[in-house]
Amino acid sequence: MTSREKILEAVQSSQPDLRELPNLDLFYKTYATVEQDRAKFIQTVQMIGAKAYEVNGYEEIIKRIKSDFEITGKRVVSAVRELDQIAQQYTATDNHELANVELMILPTHFAVAENGACWVDDELFEERLLLFIPQHLVFIVKKDQIVPNLHQAYRLIADKKYGYGAFVAGPSKTADIEQSLVLGAHGPRSLTVFML
Amino acid sequence: MKVMDHAEKSKVFNGDEKRVDWHDETLWFIRKKRDVATHNIPEWEDLREAGSQIKNHSLSNLNHYLQQFETNAKANGIVIHWAKDGEEHNKIVLGLLQKHQITEMVKSKSMLTEECHLNDYLENNGVAVVDSDLGERIVQLAKEAPSHIVLPCIHKKKEEIGELFHEFLGTPEGSADPQLLTEAARQSLRNTFLTRRAALTGVNFAIAETGEFVVCTNEGNADMGAHLADIHIASMGIEKVIPLRKHLSIFLRLLTRSATGQPITTYSSHFATPAKGKELHIILVDNGRTKQLARPDFRNSLKCIRCAACFNTCPVYRRSGGHSYQSVIAGPIGSILMPNLDMKKHADLPFASSLCGSCSNVCPVKIDIHDQLYKWRQVIVKEGYANPAKTVAMKLMAKTLASPTLYKMAGKAARTTLKYAPFVVNNKFNAWYLHRDMPEVPKSSFGEWYNKNRKNND
Amino acid sequence: MKVALFIPCYVDQFYPKAAIATLQLLEKYGCEVTYPKNQTCCGQPMANSGFEHLTGGCDHNFVDNFKGFDYIVAPSGSCVLHIKDHLHDDRFPAEAKKIRDTTYELITFLTDVLKVEKLRASFPHKVGIHQSCHGLRGLKLAQMSELNAPPFSKPVHLLNMVNDIEIIHLERVDECCGFGGTFCVAEEAVSVKMGVDRVADHVLHGAEYITGVDMSCLMHMEGLLNRDKSTVKVIHIAEILNGGVQ
Repeated sequence: MTSREKILEAVQSSQPDLRELPNLDLFYKTYATVEQDRAKFIQTVQMIGAKAYEVNGYEEIIKRIKSDFEITGKRVVSAVRELDQIAQQYTATDNHELANVELMILPTHFAVAENGACWVDDELFEERLLLFIPQHLVFIVKKDQIVPNLHQAYRLIADKKYGYGAFVAGPSKTADIEQSLVLGAHGPRSLTVFML
Repeated sequence: MKVMDHAEKSKVFNGDEKRVDWHDETLWFIRKKRDVATHNIPEWEDLREAGSQIKNHSLSNLNHYLQQFETNAKANGIVIHWAKDGEEHNKIVLGLLQKHQITEMVKSKSMLTEECHLNDYLENNGVAVVDSDLGERIVQLAKEAPSHIVLPCIHKKKEEIGELFHEFLGTPEGSADPQLLTEAARQSLRNTFLTRRAALTGVNFAIAETGEFVVCTNEGNADMGAHLADIHIASMGIEKVIPLRKHLSIFLRLLTRSATGQPITTYSSHFATPAKGKELHIILVDNGRTKQLARPDFRNSLKCIRCAACFNTCPVYRRSGGHSYQSVIAGPIGSILMPNLDMKKHADLPFASSLCGSCSNVCPVKIDIHDQLYKWRQVIVKEGYANPAKTVAMKLMAKTLASPTLYKMAGKAARTTLKYAPFVVNNKFNAWYLHRDMPEVPKSSFGEWYNKNRKNND
Repeated sequence: MKVALFIPCYVDQFYPKAAIATLQLLEKYGCEVTYPKNQTCCGQPMANSGFEHLTGGCDHNFVDNFKGFDYIVAPSGSCVLHIKDHLHDDRFPAEAKKIRDTTYELITFLTDVLKVEKLRASFPHKVGIHQSCHGLRGLKLAQMSELNAPPFSKPVHLLNMVNDIEIIHLERVDECCGFGGTFCVAEEAVSVKMGVDRVADHVLHGAEYITGVDMSCLMHMEGLLNRDKSTVKVIHIAEILNGGVQ
């Protein structure tokens, strides 16, 4: 017998009688308005060590990036066409060459008010490392794409096909040394979310 | 057998009371953060119930879900391996590395690989492993075991970490600033990530419906390793499978609020297919899990999602430290998981609890941890792992308490002994008396008082 | 209402005042109280040490002493929880079940069965409440700090009827004191440290007395207080509710 067969047989003989799955309807009820969700999202994003700005167009984003980041002479990469004047598109095939990226600007599908996370999957860009390797990360999310909680979030992607997707909430962080919070463990040292 | 048991190790730990206070306060601080986060969710108790029921269901239909997961993951291009125990798991990992002539691997946090002693095995077979979670890297450099499953180096002071980093990473001598130390680790590990061709990660949840798996980290170390490597190996216990993607909303809401009080980890990464031109492997590991599944009293310990809330709330863990458990998983959950793997070695663990029950209340999937601790005590005694002297004493106590006549004699003897010759009991051989006085001895017992004062007693 | 008084073994031997207060309280509220004189112990010390299989004799003796009453009441959450969870008797299974269902810890009996809304008692002291774990998490005498659920406290409900009492706030409202039955000697170092920390919380917040529903936890803390020559005292909640210090 292979290990596969041995394990599956042992599971079959050990597992208890079938237990029912719970009804989850109660979790999908929400009472907050769109404005409340947006306010909650901004508040949560700040709580988890990131920044959020409500903006009206890409011009405003460019202006804000130029004032918030020292990008002269630094490598800025983006997967958003509208930002070509300050960033390059990523086209290489060996992702190791991303090691020197200072700032990465990425689109996202939607955001979650309760935890400050944005959902990103490979429909938007294929290279998974883009989310992790830059020193600083900028997200752009549509203002009307903010859901109240994770239940609503998974409803949006329940049947979606993707190779890779992630909720990203705030900058990379650690508190492993005496519970002192340090931003910028291995991934981005900062995260800025523009709500467009 | 352990040379020292939990009680003896704890005695050593308690030799430095200031350090015990520091350890206790640090973990209590996390318990308080957890309380704030969970009390902000009005439906928190419903979430726990839902999480518990989904896990109960998953375990009751595990055979089906494992096969469904396998089929879908394979269709996604993931290679599936099965390992009945730690040894087979380790061999599979080594085989994959050797096939690609890889001698260096980066690994993110995986309690399962700790359980399998993977690092030692690979080192002995010529593969260097670097743990990339900061806490795990620290204990790896210190040649210690993690003392906590979420906060591996919670037992270490920043000054000690500073010394370690001075020796291994060249930070300035005497520097203990967490910001500076973390930056040094970032620089060093970034180089590791960029130069490793193989990465191993754990798995927090596997989805039968889609064949994908989810890895949660705050540091981003699992993703940095996985996306820069040619080959990504994900090791998971067979109990990690849940039915549907939408069930993740329940578990991701529960996990980090319970663990650290954060609303979610920074990264919740969903791996469904290998990246273009790369390999993705999953190793499904039993290593005692089917044995635990077959124990009706203990099977629901397999619902655990490794948040460590039970560690942080446990008044015993906070005052004895993770290493006193001498097991891969310490704390209350470790005390009910470990005896399944080696009952003789871990016979002390179910007794390392006052049975206060706080662990069961914080558990996000409602494992009846303290009831299982009680039940393990019964099993361990029946299997013959109790101290023989204790067995004799218990038999004598049982006999005395079953007989009103013997009981009255013994009770009177205890009081008269205490009253007239306190030194007989109050000596250094009596564990009670080391730090606690005996109760003052009353003139008469309640029974005697009652006989004098309530005449209607028949 | 015929009530049998169940007095835990260590209360009988070392804390008769708590037992007397319990008896007098029940009598004040019109209960016809009997103290079955051949009672010994619930068997918990063996069971919690892993020797539940040796508790058959205790169980039989308990059933022999306590069958035939409307209620069984004890001034202890821990012993009551053990009876409710673990009492079995092959000779009289129906009686054993009835005993499990009708055994009450004193406070719950006062609030839930007798529905006491008035007390004649005065206790002009600062008092810290120790939430014994088995009463709290086993018998649900009060809301547990871990849960997201509405607060309530049966002991506080009753203590609020006592004149002149001042209940102090604690930093950790329901942390275990570390008594834990045989845990207190088997894990002596941790047990003592837990007790030291628990007592310190009460002392820091100005307690003159520490009270609670379980004399066992109080005995452990009293042992530490006395060794430390502290002026802080322990007192079973029945003694406060019965009128205070006589």
